[in-house]
Amino acid sequence: MVTEKDVMHVGKLADVGIDESELKEFSDQFTRILDYFAVLEELPEERTHAGDLHTILREDSITPSLPSEDALRNAGETEEGYIKAPRVM
Amino acid sequence: MGSMTFHPEDPYHAFITTVRDPEYTEGPLSGVPVAIKDNISTSGIETTCGSAILRGYIPPYDAHVITLLRRAGAAIVGKTNMDEFGMGTTTESSAFGPTTNPNDSSRVPGGSSGGSAAAVAAGMVPYALGSDTGGSIRCPASFCGIVGLKPSYGRVSRFGLIAYANSLEQIGPMARDVSGVSRIFSVIAGHDPRDATSADRPYNHEPDSDVMDGLKIGIPDEYFGEGVDPAVRETVTGALDICSSMGAELIPCRMPSMQYSLAAYYVICTSEASSNLARFDGIRYGPAVNTKKRWHDAFSDYRHDHFGKEVRRRIMLGTFALSEGYYGRYYQKAQAARRMVREDFRRILTQVDIIAGPTMPTIAYRLGEKTKDPLQMYLADILTVPANLAGVPAISVPCGMIEKMPVGFQIMGSNFHEEAIIDAAYAFEQEMKHGR
Repeated sequence: MVTEKDVMHVGKLADVGIDESELKEFSDQFTRILDYFAVLEELPEERTHAGDLHTILREDSITPSLPSEDALRNAGETEEGYIKAPRVM
Repeated sequence: MGSMTFHPEDPYHAFITTVRDPEYTEGPLSGVPVAIKDNISTSGIETTCGSAILRGYIPPYDAHVITLLRRAGAAIVGKTNMDEFGMGTTTESSAFGPTTNPNDSSRVPGGSSGGSAAAVAAGMVPYALGSDTGGSIRCPASFCGIVGLKPSYGRVSRFGLIAYANSLEQIGPMARDVSGVSRIFSVIAGHDPRDATSADRPYNHEPDSDVMDGLKIGIPDEYFGEGVDPAVRETVTGALDICSSMGAELIPCRMPSMQYSLAAYYVICTSEASSNLARFDGIRYGPAVNTKKRWHDAFSDYRHDHFGKEVRRRIMLGTFALSEGYYGRYYQKAQAARRMVREDFRRILTQVDIIAGPTMPTIAYRLGEKTKDPLQMYLADILTVPANLAGVPAISVPCGMIEKMPVGFQIMGSNFHEEAIIDAAYAFEQEMKHGR
């Protein structure tokens, strides 16, 4: 059972913004979806994810990268070569 | 160097963006139009992922597959419609409105690469690229009556593919026939150092139709079970009979992991999505965030206004599955299920050459039929997600019609053995065309 309070909490963690009017819809849907996920309960918890794959490492060498004007071209607001973000505090 | 004009009628709304006068170079695909799913980065061409949150985003670089296509001479003619960020089975969740099915415009083309499939099926382009996280190439190929290949994980570079669920997705070709899929695959497969999961397995193969005699085809019971429309079951059984009449040996098998695979898939893909989509905050790309607001308020309001509901739903599900107290219960168990799926494929594929069954449990839905209930929409992916969880290649090839709508025949194989499933699909296709 996923309560409306749970939906509020997860919506806040995920920064997706929840309207009051959506709470019931999401809590009903999440309850049904998690009921479906319950089939996984009988399985053990897998602690390693790698399977039979192995990591391919490369030399940490300097290569050409995107010029900063190209990297900034799609930004909302920029100032002196930096991207402007909302205030944290 | 040449240029062409591309001003098509687009009655099915297959494209989000068209390039009106694309240029191209010399090469094996010189001047051949190719449509690109709108989650694959194209330098200088708007790339939205079907989302309002990337409206106006112009990538500063090409995805590796685009570099390879351009180098081969292809003309990149446009960006195709898709479910927002690939999250859907119908292309109805696009912020730009749905694509319709060229076989019947009251029906969906499938998703999430629905625009690519419709563009090929309608004859607007001979070839398109899609991406497949849980069936997003094969489903629309099945619903529109074309051929679509999800390659082995690692065979095609994901560099420049805007990520939704990195451990599951691959870029792949879509075309009207198996030869076309093989032709484009030979251009895009191979190693790319910019994708750390890329394997050095290029593809240089001409489809061979002389492979059915003695071919061992595994038929999992689970692919013909509950939830699969009896008419689809009958059509695909007919396809298997054709293979058998050509000398193939049909071998019944079991895939017990199927009972867990859909749940495991949705836990894993939403978990990866919740992390991948954190980057869409209106700071580096897309419509600008209001920097006067506080950090969390600014992001919450911005993402609420610019993401569609299915994307917000999946981000929340993934956030929940990874949150404290639930990680072991969902994510780690989903990984255990994923290992079982891999082991099922490995076991079966030591006894048979390929595995076959339907691509989708039904024919294409009517517009609006599945949008009310997300769980019902998710269940439609039951036959396609196992290949993504295991990383094995899978192809969908048309095998008949029900109510004038196409049915897809899915063939899966061992890792990096695309050649085997392409040959089997080609042999079947040739027999359908000429043999009967």
